[in-house]
Amino acid sequence: MNFVALAMLVGDRAKYIGILIGITFASLLITQQSSIFTGIMSRTYATITDLPTPDVWVMDQKVQYIDDLKPLQDTELYRVRGVEGVEWATPLYKGLLKARLSNGNFQSCVVIGVDDATLIGAPVEMVEGRVEDLRQNDAVIVDEHSAKGKLARVLPDGSRAPLRIGDSLEVNDHRGVVVGICKVSRTFQSQPVVYTTFSRATTFAPRERKLLSFVLAKAKPGVDPHELCARIQRATGLLAHTGEDFKWVTMRYFLKYTGIPINFGMSVLLGFLVGTIIAGQTFFNFTLDNLRHFGALKAMGATNWRLVKMILLQALLVGVIGWGMGVGGAAAFGRLTANTELAFRMPWQLLGVSGAAVLIICSISALICIWKVARLEPAIVFKG
Amino acid sequence: MSITATSAVTLRGVKKSYGVGEARVTALRGVDLDVRSGELMMLVGPSGCGKTTLISVIAGILDADEGTCSVFGREMHALSGSAKTLWRGATLGFVFQAFNLLPSLTAAENVAVPLLLRDVPRAQAVERATEMLARVGLGDRARSRPSQLSGGQQQRVAIARALVHEPRLIVCDEPTSALDHHTGASVMELMREVALGGDRTLIVVTHDARIFSYADRIAAMDDGQVTRVVRSPSEL
Repeated sequence: MNFVALAMLVGDRAKYIGILIGITFASLLITQQSSIFTGIMSRTYATITDLPTPDVWVMDQKVQYIDDLKPLQDTELYRVRGVEGVEWATPLYKGLLKARLSNGNFQSCVVIGVDDATLIGAPVEMVEGRVEDLRQNDAVIVDEHSAKGKLARVLPDGSRAPLRIGDSLEVNDHRGVVVGICKVSRTFQSQPVVYTTFSRATTFAPRERKLLSFVLAKAKPGVDPHELCARIQRATGLLAHTGEDFKWVTMRYFLKYTGIPINFGMSVLLGFLVGTIIAGQTFFNFTLDNLRHFGALKAMGATNWRLVKMILLQALLVGVIGWGMGVGGAAAFGRLTANTELAFRMPWQLLGVSGAAVLIICSISALICIWKVARLEPAIVFKG
Repeated sequence: MSITATSAVTLRGVKKSYGVGEARVTALRGVDLDVRSGELMMLVGPSGCGKTTLISVIAGILDADEGTCSVFGREMHALSGSAKTLWRGATLGFVFQAFNLLPSLTAAENVAVPLLLRDVPRAQAVERATEMLARVGLGDRARSRPSQLSGGQQQRVAIARALVHEPRLIVCDEPTSALDHHTGASVMELMREVALGGDRTLIVVTHDARIFSYADRIAAMDDGQVTRVVRSPSEL
């Protein structure tokens, strides 16, 4: 009877398309909004994921997330290096400094100072120039988006030209010379990212007693990074996280203390409700229109269970197609906006989430119809 | 065709009411009726006399409040709801006033539905359905959809659907009321030619006096009771 169920569904084109539109819309809205939410959340920990080399991030006990800077004394670096199981440990400066643009405007930048000797902490992907050039005088590397956007040079005619290698910019009244353009993930506040050496970054930064933001450490082969974190905490009294843990700590902070989840949650919920209402209503109308036929099938010997299976199959078909179209639409949206400021990230887990949401929508719609058909009196077919 | 003395349907003191309290309506007030195996019995009477309720009870769609209904020796009240549904699928064929063909299926697929409900493979079911369509004179319309067929042709498809699984009892509810006289007559001739055979029994509910002559016996109903059973319309 499966083909009968599918023929009944597809045969009524208008209602079939209506149900599909409802589910597609819900799937699209849920997937797209969740992808933007995921994209924004991934920007909160972009600095961490852009630095894959160290196993462990060491910081002040009170640090709550990556941008919550509570600098350490320089000596903490040596204490971390002294912990058993540490292969190496390097300093990292992270600060928000003002850069003066060629037109006189100021722009806040995330300045990252990497280890002078090893350059650990430097960007992984270079678009132009070499990481090693950071060792030159006043050298800085800027990110590609900012070089073309917020840090772009303003020409005399008012037009803007991308920052290129050899151009200079002023960071907190200190000269910086661009030696490279790199590719990094956008930050939560979309600020330009400027890389330099640790020692130069500390000269850029305002005078403070402590300027060591983090210590990056690598575990010796065979040493579990989580175990190493515990050892560092015991030995130094500092807070230590693996990169993955620090990423989640950062994200949890933003989830807990910002209104982002609620705002996006409302959009997702709205998509879910609208989708449920449209799909449920149309599916229910479709069932009502076919009540006589269901009644006839019942009279001819179709059990309730067989009718339930038919309805579930119909719901499954529209669910799968609607979900696929919605997810496809969201993916197309993501591709179209790939090089814009819009945060969009659609990991495979999100497909599971939107799939589950669509499954719930279809189940609710199907349940309403099943309830109606199960209570259907087959004698309805004898009423002319 | 041969009408045997064996009783296909036996009703004794069947009562059926709808609603409760002041809204209670009595549809059947103690119906006694015997339908013989192999005969075409018509149930006739004015609207609201209980004809449809009576065939619903015979078909196991409605339960009688009182009395007994036995079809081919099986007591209806002894069957559970799902057992009754399966019994209907195996024993009964239906021809409805409004045809009740699925608009998105072809004629052959519509006819195949009772076989599909009995889990006959689709290809085999459609093949048997096509053969049955040929028997009702629609062999060339097997791939047509109901909307492409005339009212008479649709009713022929419905008859083929009622017969395809070889049921022993066919219940027809006003099979000619949506058709003109000529088409109605040809449908009834077809029913006598094709549907009646062996020990198959037909019960036709109608108030269309033009087709009374096709009946072997006619049960006249009034106010929830069978008032007379006659052999010829002239006796009514």
